[in-house]
Amino acid sequence: MTQALVEVAGLVVDFPVGGAGDHVRAVDGVSFTLRAGRALGIVGESGSGKSTVAAALLGLHRGTGARLAGTVRVGGTDVSAATPAELRRLRGGTAAMVFQDPLSSLDPYLAIGDQIAEVHRIHSGASRRAARARAVEVLDRVGIADAVRRSRARPHEFSGGMRQRALIAMALACEPRLLIADEPTTALDVTVQAQILDLLHGLREERGLGLLLVTHDVGVAAESVDELLVMRDGAAVERGPVASVLTAPAEPYTRELLAAVPRLDGPRRSRSGHPDPAPRTPGPDAPVVEAVGLRREFGRRGRRVAAVAGVSLAVRAGETLGIVGESGSGKSTLGRMLVGLLEPDSGQVRHGGVPATGITGGVQMVFQDPVSSLNPRRSVGESIADPLRAAGERDTAALRARVGELLERVGLEAGHYDRYPHEFSGGQRQRVGIARALAPRPRLIVCDEPVSALDVTTQAQVTALLAELQRESGIALVFIAHDLAVVRQVSDRVAVMRAGEIVEEGPVDEVYDRPAHPYTRQLLAAVPELDPALAAERRSSRQEAYATA
Amino acid sequence: MSIALERSAPAPGAVPPGAGAGRQVWRRVRRRPSALAAAAVLALLVLLALAAPLLSHLTGQDPGAYHDDLVDSARGGVPLGSFGGISADHWLGVEPGTGRDLFTRLLYGARISLLVALGAVAVQTAVGVGVGLAAALGGRFAGRLIGLATDVMIALPMLVIGIALTAVVPPDFPRPLLLILLIGLFDWGGTARMVRAQTLALRGLDFVDAARLSGNGTLRIACRELLPSLAAPVITIAAIKVPTAMVAEASLSFLGVGVKPPTPSWGQMLSSAQTWFRADPAYVLLPAGLLFVTVLAFTVLGDAVRTALDPREGSRLRVGTGKESKA
Amino acid sequence: MTRFVLQRIGGALLVLLALSVLIHVLFYFAPGDPARLACGERCNPQQIAQVREQLGLNESAVAQYLHFLQGLVAGRDYSAGAGQALHCDAPCLGFSYQTDQQVTGLILTRLPATLSLALGALAIWLLVGVGTGLLSALRRGGITERLLTVLTLAGTGTPVFILGLLLLMAVCAYLQWLPFPTYVPLTEDPEQWAWNLLLPWLTLGLFESAKYARLTRSSTLEALAEDHIRTFRAYGVGERALVTRHAVRGAVAPVIALSAVDFGTMIGGAVLTESLFGIPGLGKTLIDAVRVVDLPVVVGVVLAIGAAVVVAGAIADLLYAAADRRVALA
Repeated sequence: MTQALVEVAGLVVDFPVGGAGDHVRAVDGVSFTLRAGRALGIVGESGSGKSTVAAALLGLHRGTGARLAGTVRVGGTDVSAATPAELRRLRGGTAAMVFQDPLSSLDPYLAIGDQIAEVHRIHSGASRRAARARAVEVLDRVGIADAVRRSRARPHEFSGGMRQRALIAMALACEPRLLIADEPTTALDVTVQAQILDLLHGLREERGLGLLLVTHDVGVAAESVDELLVMRDGAAVERGPVASVLTAPAEPYTRELLAAVPRLDGPRRSRSGHPDPAPRTPGPDAPVVEAVGLRREFGRRGRRVAAVAGVSLAVRAGETLGIVGESGSGKSTLGRMLVGLLEPDSGQVRHGGVPATGITGGVQMVFQDPVSSLNPRRSVGESIADPLRAAGERDTAALRARVGELLERVGLEAGHYDRYPHEFSGGQRQRVGIARALAPRPRLIVCDEPVSALDVTTQAQVTALLAELQRESGIALVFIAHDLAVVRQVSDRVAVMRAGEIVEEGPVDEVYDRPAHPYTRQLLAAVPELDPALAAERRSSRQEAYATA
Repeated sequence: MSIALERSAPAPGAVPPGAGAGRQVWRRVRRRPSALAAAAVLALLVLLALAAPLLSHLTGQDPGAYHDDLVDSARGGVPLGSFGGISADHWLGVEPGTGRDLFTRLLYGARISLLVALGAVAVQTAVGVGVGLAAALGGRFAGRLIGLATDVMIALPMLVIGIALTAVVPPDFPRPLLLILLIGLFDWGGTARMVRAQTLALRGLDFVDAARLSGNGTLRIACRELLPSLAAPVITIAAIKVPTAMVAEASLSFLGVGVKPPTPSWGQMLSSAQTWFRADPAYVLLPAGLLFVTVLAFTVLGDAVRTALDPREGSRLRVGTGKESKA
Repeated sequence: MTRFVLQRIGGALLVLLALSVLIHVLFYFAPGDPARLACGERCNPQQIAQVREQLGLNESAVAQYLHFLQGLVAGRDYSAGAGQALHCDAPCLGFSYQTDQQVTGLILTRLPATLSLALGALAIWLLVGVGTGLLSALRRGGITERLLTVLTLAGTGTPVFILGLLLLMAVCAYLQWLPFPTYVPLTEDPEQWAWNLLLPWLTLGLFESAKYARLTRSSTLEALAEDHIRTFRAYGVGERALVTRHAVRGAVAPVIALSAVDFGTMIGGAVLTESLFGIPGLGKTLIDAVRVVDLPVVVGVVLAIGAAVVVAGAIADLLYAAADRRVALA
């Protein structure tokens, strides 16, 4: 019986808060083992302590004031008892870490090849020249084309996916036995995510690496690991082989988590409980909002880029139009033009058939970031009352009554009027944002990534709320998101955007089940699959596609 | 549906808004012993400065009264007695040459120092915030023009232009007011730049867009959405600027272009002390020490305020101590 | 990059132009009558009128300014009474009321003293200030850092003339290690030049060091909080290499930029140090001119100082962009 690569027993991590010696418990008695060549996924929502566990494996808490208890052994080294020199050997040499944000995780001032060479030299003692050669070799292995030349580039000259490949190359350079990946694909687009996950999978098979994958995305874990550890509030909820945890979860929390994960083949939220699941027949009235040939460019002369290059669409009352696209596809720019926050360079936005310029009443927006979408220095009630005040309502009692009504409508309490945003969780803040958008009784609400900053269980609640509100009031919704499954869940029709243009538009079922455009097919193929068996199948079909491409 | 699932987690380290913010900052500042000591020193100084006429009356000493009998005219006017002529009447001794009472002169000097420093910072802050906001919220042309004006302001070292302008200002213009205006009107470039940058950053935040969508005008957005969030950085920079302004006043007076005699000022006393430091070291050390302690106290307090208001206060945790010996 | 350089130089020229307009407005069109100020208290109206004529103050404001610009670029003639003309070579900043010397020439003769002072101070603050800052960033959390923090805090709280006075008192009056400094030009006697400038250098250098120690420490700590430092720490890079190889790169850019600006300011702005130690530099010239209301000298020196700061600012930006190419690309 070989010794386990990672042995964690009863790990407890406390972080200091404030100055009075108070501590908050980030990890509370977690134990697991990982054998060489195997892969373990740690999944959990934000604040579950999953990243803290990953950092503890490398002793990254040393010197920060955090207190650790329990034992952590990696490759036979007791991390909490190791000397600084032993720790440095462990880091990178035995276990290498891949971080979430590939841009900020690389030194912006140094060439990528030099950064990899530096790390390699520390562990191998190789000469400068040999280390540089090694850097080129690993860059080539992770799929950086023209590695010799690209190794001299700095991080800002790389795309997001290439930077993540470079970080993985850095990990490979030292020939570790364990790869720790902390949300390695969270900052990436879904097609790039699939490529990175496939790369990790290939490397693991090729070199027999152990993999510890930390992620909030159950789909990502399902594709990549053998075993799953579900964490919540610092404690391990459930642990077992990935197939059994995903198909037959034993704990209520796991079941809840899995139920909340939006699936491409899951139930459609907007029609659930609706007597007529067929798309409404469009009324005879003009569309609530209509865009004709919208175009908007950014950048200075000479280097102008069209963020939106000629988009036309229409949304009718009671309908939800989903807009999906990867980062840089122009979907947010389009949304801001629809509500009048941004003027189009050419083309026209019509509200109810009337050309609209600038901000007009009747169109509201729900924003992505629950932190920045509410003024931290005004009470939430004041924020919601703002559009009412601007519309001329002066009677304080009437304002309070209406705001209270709205707060209750979105699932908060009328008494929350005088509370400030920092007293609410992300999901609750997003509810406040929805209440603010509802306040002036708009005919259209544009939701720009309204749930992408939220945990999956919260996500499900917010999308359910939006659907419910729409059923009640018959407002039109434009739902902008990068997550194909979420868009499918909430939309009647969907438009797929790429490089400023709509490549495909149609009823949701049609687009998802019979995608006409190759880009749509590529996007759908890249969405992580919850069923591990199906995921493996998808992976092999993707690899065939790479090979032929 | 249940909201209980969502765990409410207030961001640690964020200063809660609203009326409690000031109290919160004070609570944080209070936690630092150095800041507390600085605040105590300054409180005492302000009290003494306010009570200067009263104390002058109590000790029976007028800051402008000459005492030829207390200085040794044979030795060029060195005060008689030890330590600069300390006596029951003259608690800190007398000025060499003239025999004027040092204690009351230092007290009246404190009044000038505090008045000019605080007044100048008030002017600086008002101009800086106005200009910065206008630069960020005005049109492109206005923004450029104001940017140019700010660059010009920054290109002119306040001390240099302050010295130079005293040449053309009518001699009967009240000097403390002149100093307030000089230091205030020629050193707002940094504040304006900061306010402009902060406003531009804030303007990109979603809540400002939401306010626009609600139908609010630019002025209302500036007052209701932006100004409250600018308070923290503006207070910080104002707190940091107080000691700078105080040193500027002392410097101008030291160079002989600041407060005119017979009004006492610390910088001016140090200037005349240059010729006395061999014969009467106390005359150098007293105003120097007082100025040093006051400026240091303001610096420490400003530093504490900055740390208390810094949203990145927690970042120290991530830097760690660099010591990786056993946890 | 070329585009960025050109833009920056264009911007600097624009600022200089605006600066000269502002200074003209402040000094020549202020409520006080410059001719009366120049002539002194005992002048009779005829004398004042004569001075006004000589200085060209009878012309319209715009014409005066344009003549000034012409003088800067091509030189100009002043009437010296009785139909005679006094030629002033380009770049012309006028003549001193007191000595009738050309202001440009006066500035040039005073420049070496100022440069001597500023260069020595620059060397000290880069060495002592930046070194101290790095040391305290490296030893953070320890007794060394606390000690250095207290020292630098006290340093930033000390006005430069107090530091200078105390040094004078201690070194010259009590310990008598050095005689009282008197400026000796470098060309006359390099050894005496250095000995006599030692105290001014220390005064100014140590004064600035406190600021630079704080800046270096805080920007190094800021750089250490960045994500890429965590990456290299997680790959076994030691603490010293983290600071000296990765954090410093991010930390030096602001230090370089501020050094250039401060050096520019010091070329004219070390008024206090020059005045205290009697160094006949630009700052001393300014103070002396202000005392006797020698307006052309005052305006000329202020303009020269402004120009030095603007040029230094432009150099700072270019250095910054060279250290961090992302700036130029943005």
